[in-house]
Amino acid sequence: MQWHSVGEFLAMGGYALYVWGSVGACAVAMIVEPIVVRRRHRRLVRSLRPLRGAAAGAAAPGFRRTATEGPR
Amino acid sequence: MSSRTPFSLFHFASPATFYPLATRMQPWFMALAVVLSVVGLYIGFLLAPTDAQQGEGYRIIFVHVPASWMAMFIYCVMAFWAAVGLAFNIKLASMMASALAPTGALFALLSLWTGALWGKPMWGAWWVWDARLTSTLILFFLYLGFMALQAAIDDPRRADKAGAIVAIVGVVNVPIIYFSVKWWNTLHQGASVSVTKSPSMAALMLWAMLIMALAFWMYSIAVALGRVRNIIVERERQNEWVRHAVA
Repeated sequence: MQWHSVGEFLAMGGYALYVWGSVGACAVAMIVEPIVVRRRHRRLVRSLRPLRGAAAGAAAPGFRRTATEGPR
Repeated sequence: MSSRTPFSLFHFASPATFYPLATRMQPWFMALAVVLSVVGLYIGFLLAPTDAQQGEGYRIIFVHVPASWMAMFIYCVMAFWAAVGLAFNIKLASMMASALAPTGALFALLSLWTGALWGKPMWGAWWVWDARLTSTLILFFLYLGFMALQAAIDDPRRADKAGAIVAIVGVVNVPIIYFSVKWWNTLHQGASVSVTKSPSMAALMLWAMLIMALAFWMYSIAVALGRVRNIIVERERQNEWVRHAVA
């Protein structure tokens, strides 16, 4: 173990802002991205539900490709 | 392709067969990513020694190098799938390329962000117009350009083809980033790991970095699989099998 106290660990030898700013940004991005993908999937599944059971071919007339993610 | 062979990779070239496979594989890759991240961060932040020159500030390496590697690597994989989609007219390959772009862009951005936070205390500047930094910024813009172009074209197959051209042409930038620290006089330090030389870092530092790189790799696969499932549902929704698959 490199550290003698939690405070010392958090201080990162004076580089706290830079080290935690980097790790934090990566953590936030890599937690949010899968959530965004997951939510998009749920929304897609929900949008298909009313179509289920409808005659094939009659479904989703005029469907237009949308951006992969982002608000609709 | 052939129904007589017992197992063929071409079998999975169809969205209808790939979709359930992606669904099954995705949680495993995500679980691996979480486990490897915990191990990598534990070694990197609790066990690895202090750097003689950079003190504790060097610990940014454990996210900066994996993010930068993934940004470059994902671009190559994206260009590969885009080229396969273009050359052999395989829809799923083009979908895979589109699924990788946002994750690659994210890692390029994280590479620039963590690099700025590392540059400030070590070089005294958040940003310099140095060969490596500039070529990484161009990589980020290539990802954005690929996504913007695809989003601007309504017909998905035409969007695939236009995007593929950008992806393939942009590949020249990847070796430029990689070798920039050798070809030009730059502020950025040289390669951390090289095939020909033994690594210049302490073993624990190196292990932590490699495990983190593997974690980022697994993460990228998991997210790309998740996103390609969304793209498949979006683009194949008129087909009956999609409604059965998502039911």
